[in-house]
Amino acid sequence: MATLCQEETLVMQRCRRGSREAFEVLVKMYMKDAYFIALGLVGNHEDALDLSQEAFVRAYRHIKQVKPDRRFFPWFYQILKNLCISHLRKRRLRRSASLDSPDCPEVAVQDDSFSPAAVADKDETKKRVWQAIGKLDEKHREVIILRHFRGMSYEQMAEALFCNKGTVTSRLYYARRKLHELLGTEKGGGTNDVP
Amino acid sequence: MTCHDYKDLMMGYLDGELSPEQKSRFENHLAGCPECAGELEQFRKLKAITDHVNLVEPEDRIWQDYWGVVYNRIERGLGWIIFSVAGIMLVIYGGLKTIEQIIKDPSVEIVCKVALVALVVGLAILFVSVLRERLFFWKKDRYRDVRR
Repeated sequence: MATLCQEETLVMQRCRRGSREAFEVLVKMYMKDAYFIALGLVGNHEDALDLSQEAFVRAYRHIKQVKPDRRFFPWFYQILKNLCISHLRKRRLRRSASLDSPDCPEVAVQDDSFSPAAVADKDETKKRVWQAIGKLDEKHREVIILRHFRGMSYEQMAEALFCNKGTVTSRLYYARRKLHELLGTEKGGGTNDVP
Repeated sequence: MTCHDYKDLMMGYLDGELSPEQKSRFENHLAGCPECAGELEQFRKLKAITDHVNLVEPEDRIWQDYWGVVYNRIERGLGWIIFSVAGIMLVIYGGLKTIEQIIKDPSVEIVCKVALVALVVGLAILFVSVLRERLFFWKKDRYRDVRR
């Protein structure tokens, strides 16, 4: 994660004046964070790429609304998260609609979200962890993603999630407990078999 | 303090986010509480795997084209807005001209002309009403600045 610095403040000022060159700097600074967070929230490459780019487009349109003392990323994260959650809701609706459809049952059973293919390692336990993350609810999934996949500190997470550090630690506790339960209930997928 | 109160400290301990004072307080609790020590061990194993789940990195081409795609979408968005505004203006202009012609046309029956004028007036009232309602609620919306 990029830390707050003079450069970002200056870039934000130029963005608020409508500079696309300055916005390009912001996009290049945060595109990987945006992509991987979206991937953690929606589970597949195509959607993550599309949603992260769409979040930048929306951020550009509304960047003048960011208060001068605010950092870009926590504000941007809200846009990205809302887009991802909205996408997940639509996906669930489509899926439940297809379940009702007798014409195409193959669509109903197809679930490509949180595919093990997204994990670079060949380790089966890691693939199971990834799929278990996909089963967490959004509130718990996001803290796991921000902490484990983007390496954010509690302070950065609290800023991005608009809450205090106590809430972050509490969510992390329940998220990890749920994750442990999910892995424990899967055959051979517990964390106890880890060396 | 109960074990439940130590759960937040446990997370901070696991992630190296505690101050030296908090760390020593938690370690003191841990020394006398096998239940928390066991739970911490479980979390430690889970963190060890989760920290090392590496996601597939997209090809370099994706990152090279990333800004280009965002830029094109921004540009197209602007294009769509201008196109839509121009389209609406042309439709309104064309509609008004057509209505004007119908009203001025002596061969069209008076009933038809009155109905047409009533239709336009009704539409205008509906439009103004919806617009005023939207503006009213937008101004009074306490949450409109939330999360910006």
